[in-house]
Amino acid sequence: MYQLLKQIAKTGIVTEPAPLPDAALRALEQRLGQVILEHFGRALAIRHVDAGSCNGCELEIHAMNSPYYNLEGLGIKFVASPRHADMLLVTGPVSRNMETALKRTWEATPDPKLVVAIGDCGCTGGIFGESYASCGRVSNVIPVDVAVPGCPPNPVAILRGILTAITPRR
Amino acid sequence: MSKAFKELGLDATPLAAAIPAFCASIPAGELRGICEQARARKARLVALWGSDETVHRAGYTLHLALGFPSGLLWVSVPLSREDPHYPGIADIYPSANRMQRATADLLGIIPSADADRRKWLRHGAWPEGAFPLRKNVDAAARLAQGPDRYPFIPVEGEGVHEIPVGPVHAGTIEPGHFRFSIVGEKILRLEERLGYKHKGIEKRFEQMTLEEGAKLAGRVSGDSTVAYAWAYAMAVEGATGTEPPSRALALRGILLELERIANHLGDLGYLGNDVSLSFGFFQFWRLKEDLLRTHARLFGHRYLMDAVVPGGVARDLPLSAGESLIARLAGIEREVASLKSIYDEHAGAQDRFIMTGQVTPELAERMGFTGLAARASGIARDLRVDYPIPPWQQLDPRAASHTRGDVAARVAVRFDETFESMRLVQALVQQLPDGDIRAPLGAAAAGARGLGWVEGWRGEVLIALETAGANRIHRLHPHDPSWQNWPLLEHAVHGNIVPDFPLINKSFNLSYSGVDL
Repeated sequence: MYQLLKQIAKTGIVTEPAPLPDAALRALEQRLGQVILEHFGRALAIRHVDAGSCNGCELEIHAMNSPYYNLEGLGIKFVASPRHADMLLVTGPVSRNMETALKRTWEATPDPKLVVAIGDCGCTGGIFGESYASCGRVSNVIPVDVAVPGCPPNPVAILRGILTAITPRR
Repeated sequence: MSKAFKELGLDATPLAAAIPAFCASIPAGELRGICEQARARKARLVALWGSDETVHRAGYTLHLALGFPSGLLWVSVPLSREDPHYPGIADIYPSANRMQRATADLLGIIPSADADRRKWLRHGAWPEGAFPLRKNVDAAARLAQGPDRYPFIPVEGEGVHEIPVGPVHAGTIEPGHFRFSIVGEKILRLEERLGYKHKGIEKRFEQMTLEEGAKLAGRVSGDSTVAYAWAYAMAVEGATGTEPPSRALALRGILLELERIANHLGDLGYLGNDVSLSFGFFQFWRLKEDLLRTHARLFGHRYLMDAVVPGGVARDLPLSAGESLIARLAGIEREVASLKSIYDEHAGAQDRFIMTGQVTPELAERMGFTGLAARASGIARDLRVDYPIPPWQQLDPRAASHTRGDVAARVAVRFDETFESMRLVQALVQQLPDGDIRAPLGAAAAGARGLGWVEGWRGEVLIALETAGANRIHRLHPHDPSWQNWPLLEHAVHGNIVPDFPLINKSFNLSYSGVDL
């Protein structure tokens, strides 16, 4: 126990400041009103859906949970069910085998809701494109509010995308 | 080498490859006999796949890669166009089951009637009787979608009930379906249903040139991008007769070991998290983030994507950068050592780790367990040790080995391998040969074959390549060790309680994308 506490004390606080939103990442104009966004901005529940990625984007979503980014300190947390979620964070080109599961997850998420597509594949279909097995970009299957490019986008870029989605229209 | 195959009664020809490799063609009638003899000689099934040779005025071909102590044997079994059937081998090599079913779904190459013929990769995206990997199916075509009816095996009895989980899981995990049959909290049976991420990777390769394919190979399973990119480069270099410079090989070794360290750090954090030791998660993920940032600074990418290219590597490591890498790793190593002693002495964590999710050495051997998880179950195989080609030759890499086969053993193997990889990176940086980092690629003749076989952090990654004309790809099969290991997870959870499933699953940490293709 002594060693554990010593390690915590030695490490200290490593959290870095959060990025600012970037309107250029918007795919759809902000649909939600100021009042709702003020609530989301203080307690945002996110459900992640991997719709067919190579698992590279998942690595960065995991990394975003490291103490460097301190998500919960920003009022953001990942939840285990779409029923508890305000936002879906969707990775990958949408494989045809995941098309129904993604639509059902989206339908199970209560309104008002937001969708952020992550990675080059989520934005455009990426290297996998559209084929007999792939529907391509996420917006081919469900409406997307913000799309974050990158292969994979780093945690700061993903966080910026999330914050952009909950920022009021200016 | 050739002597071993004469014993099997085979006329095997050597294949130009960085690893010792041979090719042989046999009629379907000899397949089972060859597999039985190979199994008796302790050869393992590395991969099974198929190809469409109708463009070569032939039928279809079934392919197997068998791992012998002396090298890799690529066996091809030509089948007729009209009736591409073959005798199944899943009773000899249990891991062949899902590979046979995937090959049937994609190409209509079908095992005999006594085999498990349930579909695997085909859900509802294409109809029965359509085979998307056949050459006459256009890659852009959208095939008729239909309902997905999958015959799970039911478990009956008093008090037995089912828990269906997925494909969308509660955490940040790839999609797959798990069907638990349980009594109370105890797991009687687990059946996995994968294939949700099937996005047509093999078909996509066939639209690409050898150069273009490198990027896709690095995205078969993103967490193993270096292993795949290296295996791909090795296959292309074999097929084109290209010799990568020795400096490039040493740099690939550094990249591969850094990938191993980064993944092990992440897993060690999550294994702590899954037993409520969130301290472990935050500590290990801080260290992993430090390493990822070092990767980005020195190699231009946090996960080292596209760093390995056919012919060599994309980016050099100057002397000062190498020194800063060693210094950074030394700092991480010190912290991992103290975290290891905290894990070792944490009674709560060890209570959850020890004897949870056990795979005995006997079961591991019978089922063809491979990679990191197999090394925790007494199977001391590691390509870096077993085939010490450059850059491993002079380094004398040590394979981690434990015999208890439980979560604790898989944690211990990760710690051991993390320290060993740090030693290897340090040695490789210090002995980095001078010279170029990339050789120009030779031209490939149509029908040239190449093999790449690399010990990734999860286990052995195989790339089997056959070229078409004009430096294009006729057929490419990327093979992830998860094919072999997923079925063992079904065994490992027997008799455990449902709440321990996430812990056992994480201790395996298998790829979905790598097997769904």
